[in-house]
Amino acid sequence: MDNSLSPNQALFNFALHMGDNTLIAGHRLSEWTSQGPALEQDIAITNIALDLVGQARSWLSLAGELEGKGRSEDDLAYLRSDREYTNFLLCEQPNGDWGMTIVRQFLFDCYHFELLNALLDSKHEQIAAIAAKSLKEVTYHLRYSSEWMIRLGDGTPESHKRMQNGLDERWRFLGELFEDTETDKVLAEAELSVLPSSLEEAAMNRIEAVLKEATLSQPEVKHFQTGGRKGIHSEYLGHLLAVMQSVPRAYPGQSW
Amino acid sequence: MPVEGSNKTDNQDFMKIFDARIERDEKVEPKDWMPDAYRKTLIRQISQHAHSEVIGMQPEGNWILRAPSLRRKVALLAKVQDEAGHGLYLYSAAETLGIERDELYQQLLDGKAKYSSIFNYPTLTWADMGAVGWLVDGAAIMNQVMLTRTSYGPYARAMVRICKEESFHQRQGYEILLHLVKGSEAQKDMAQDALNRWWWPSLMMFGPTDSESTHSEQSMAWKIKRKSNDELRQAFVDATVPQAEVLGLTIPDPDLKWNEERGHYDFGPIDWDEFWQVVKGDGPCNRERMAHYTKAYEEGAWVREAAMAYAEKKQKRREAAKSDLQVA
Amino acid sequence: MKNNWPIWEVFIRSKNGLSHKHVGSLHAADAEMAIENARDVYTRRTEGVSLWVVESKNITASAPTDADALFEPAANKIYRHPTFYNLPDEVKHM
Repeated sequence: MDNSLSPNQALFNFALHMGDNTLIAGHRLSEWTSQGPALEQDIAITNIALDLVGQARSWLSLAGELEGKGRSEDDLAYLRSDREYTNFLLCEQPNGDWGMTIVRQFLFDCYHFELLNALLDSKHEQIAAIAAKSLKEVTYHLRYSSEWMIRLGDGTPESHKRMQNGLDERWRFLGELFEDTETDKVLAEAELSVLPSSLEEAAMNRIEAVLKEATLSQPEVKHFQTGGRKGIHSEYLGHLLAVMQSVPRAYPGQSW
Repeated sequence: MPVEGSNKTDNQDFMKIFDARIERDEKVEPKDWMPDAYRKTLIRQISQHAHSEVIGMQPEGNWILRAPSLRRKVALLAKVQDEAGHGLYLYSAAETLGIERDELYQQLLDGKAKYSSIFNYPTLTWADMGAVGWLVDGAAIMNQVMLTRTSYGPYARAMVRICKEESFHQRQGYEILLHLVKGSEAQKDMAQDALNRWWWPSLMMFGPTDSESTHSEQSMAWKIKRKSNDELRQAFVDATVPQAEVLGLTIPDPDLKWNEERGHYDFGPIDWDEFWQVVKGDGPCNRERMAHYTKAYEEGAWVREAAMAYAEKKQKRREAAKSDLQVA
Repeated sequence: MKNNWPIWEVFIRSKNGLSHKHVGSLHAADAEMAIENARDVYTRRTEGVSLWVVESKNITASAPTDADALFEPAANKIYRHPTFYNLPDEVKHM
């Protein structure tokens, strides 16, 4: 174990990672605004985006507090480069069609749901509190994305094909969600968080059950892609951040 | 139930009852008899209103990904989402008149239906989110508050709901500007520039002057509209000028001044050539708005179809399970 | 058209103790989706604690042309209302 990592540093890393995942996932979903397949779904997907960006604000504020250098949620969101972002590769993947977005969201929801459930027992009061609030939202996200997985997987031949394709494309990002890092080990030892690997079985059981009902087959992947938590991202994140951060970057030091 | 073309005396009787009901300020409800022209006018007006909400998501949606703080981001996202909701409430109101939402979409896609021209202007800077919220929503609210008293029940009810939700929209925009004018020179300039570009198009939102407005008179008689275009425009100017003063911004109209005698602000002439140019399709963003809308509509087709196919499959499975039980 | 989702009417109980009230309608392919859409469209501002959705085609409505026959007869039965009966002032709450 890397003894140089203090519990407080580990906590900061973790809060940042949670903030980055939810911010980037929420940002991606917000791209659907005015482009949903039905007005009702436009509204629904925006609700999920709002939940996630809201959660990101809580996590990033906590990260700022833990760091103790006076950085706000906005400093952390708008003034870090892609190499400093620690979200999973899965979260930053482009939306693609509605089906591919649902696949990305579903895989993330399955992981997110198990993690938040586990975090309810965190000895860190704020983490447990954010998890409790988020869990209610994510329970709905999971229900929503599961139903759409099934509906489109078992819909028409075309929708089935698109969903299977989406799954095949996104599956290679799933492994990263259950990798244990030094941060996780430090936090798990102190019962502040859990090892991601401990979430895998429950998450995979759920994924398998939904895929079965959706008549979709589980892709086989030789190598999972990884690197997000170390700041080694896909090429997409740089573009996402370039857009997201453009105003504060163009007018440094201003308040909005 | 009487239908168009049934015997004439009947229709005349129904017409009298209908007119008397409007006169008494009673609401008309979906299954009530109504003149065909009343129904058509409502469908046209409500769907135009609905289309405006939906197309109106685009200019503001243009800044969701670039909102400069997370607080601004969630507020803007929630606001644009509300517009989708408002479009939905309005389509629902139109559907009570016996037309399907998809048919209304089709009219928009075919270019037969109009939406508010204001949404054919581009949103160029972050300050535009302030100006659009303050001016465009401000103008819309003038109209919408009036419409909560419109004679058609479902339309009035949709408007009550919309007005309730709209209340944060204008504030959201105004607060953005308030923040900018307290900021750097560049931010102040950004705010003034946005006001310069959005002021006149906002005044045009109320439509042609009363003397030129083709549908107005009948709509007023039926109490679909309850105030004229010019009355609403004047009320908007009167309400907005003091708000601009609080911001310390200058309204781009050299003729604007208080008229003690009238008790209203006088304002300069509106460029009606520009108005008609944009209405007729040659505004800065007409093509982009329709292209964006059409693309989303077409790309969603497989989703809508698959959801329906799945629903039917599920229904069949349920029925099969039921009959299996009965056999057993 | 094949991909037209049917219309559903939405009813919300704003809090326990009150009846469900009609709030509007929406489109959904099936009942599950209708509940979710109702939640996403009509309860964004904590408007409710319970939802009903009913496919519109399943609602039977009275005809407006029958309104006189159905509802006018109740109007002249004022003896159904407490104010029809006179009580001495001494009897306060009844």
